[in-house]
Amino acid sequence: MNTVRFLFAAYVATWVIHLFYLGTLVRRFSRLRQQLRELGKGK
Amino acid sequence: MKRLFPILSIVTVVLLGYALYLALVVAPTDALQGEVYRIIYYHVPSAWTAFLLFSINFVASIRYLTRSNASTEKAAKWIAIGIGIAGLIAPFLPPVRRLIPAGMEPSAVATTIVLIPAFYFLVGKLFPGDRLDVLAVTSAEVGVVFCTIVLVTGPLWARPVWGIWWAPGDIRLTSTLVLWLIYVSYLVLRRFSNSAQTQMLAAALAVFGALDVPLVYLSIWFFRTQHPQPVIGGGGTMDPRMLHVLLFSWVAFLLFGFLVCWSRFRLEILKREVEQAYAMESLAGAGISEKASLPLSRSAR
Repeated sequence: MNTVRFLFAAYVATWVIHLFYLGTLVRRFSRLRQQLRELGKGK
Repeated sequence: MKRLFPILSIVTVVLLGYALYLALVVAPTDALQGEVYRIIYYHVPSAWTAFLLFSINFVASIRYLTRSNASTEKAAKWIAIGIGIAGLIAPFLPPVRRLIPAGMEPSAVATTIVLIPAFYFLVGKLFPGDRLDVLAVTSAEVGVVFCTIVLVTGPLWARPVWGIWWAPGDIRLTSTLVLWLIYVSYLVLRRFSNSAQTQMLAAALAVFGALDVPLVYLSIWFFRTQHPQPVIGGGGTMDPRMLHVLLFSWVAFLLFGFLVCWSRFRLEILKREVEQAYAMESLAGAGISEKASLPLSRSAR
């Protein structure tokens, strides 16, 4: 069995999970900043 | 402080890149497993980081639960001191020493137990008031991410080595899955509950959930399991070059985890500020002055 592909899959999966989570953080940050801007305009 | 984050980010990227180079190029190939064993350089550091984050969540939750009542807070403080003193002495007493599994050093047990009160007081000092709750949700969420990686990389290692993706009934694997499910439930509770008691309920759930962390960690000592024996403190015979790479990789992932937690912490603070601003706007719309609503704004912080 070619085990290198499992090694490759594990390393790729790790970074896909981390990058996906970092992406959700960036999206949530930008949404909150947008809400803050809207609140500032309303005043 | 603003400069520290980008500097640490650059350092982390360099460390993670070097850790990858060490893991794939420098670390020797395992005589039995071949190249696939190199998964441990991501799997084990992710597991250690997840355990650490769940432990932070546990301490923050305990402090959050006890802070509402002065006498409970005092009792918790003395219990923490008691655990520290007992942990310092007990592992060296012959009856207790006999209970410690072979390969586990009493000094390592003592150090781990003494870290609990040290952690308890440090967290209380660094994260006063509602920031304890912010720390709790931050550490749980990032801990779940690292635990997910453990549960994904584990089967990817097991398939070529064991011939199966998952060993049903194996206590190490099952307890890790249960740990992940408990913290996912914790996050779901926090996300979808609108009750004023959500933070308290989540903190109580976290305290029970954290009890699974020592079970996961110690399961390979106390139960027959298919999972490999611990690489540190278990009397294992890991090649020092492999151990060096593993520890370096952990430092890199620990720093990465710290930066992710830092970002998540700031996000939670910003989220609460936005919620507070909306609440103030609603109060202003209802004709209640900002001055009259001060106690609310204080409690929301």
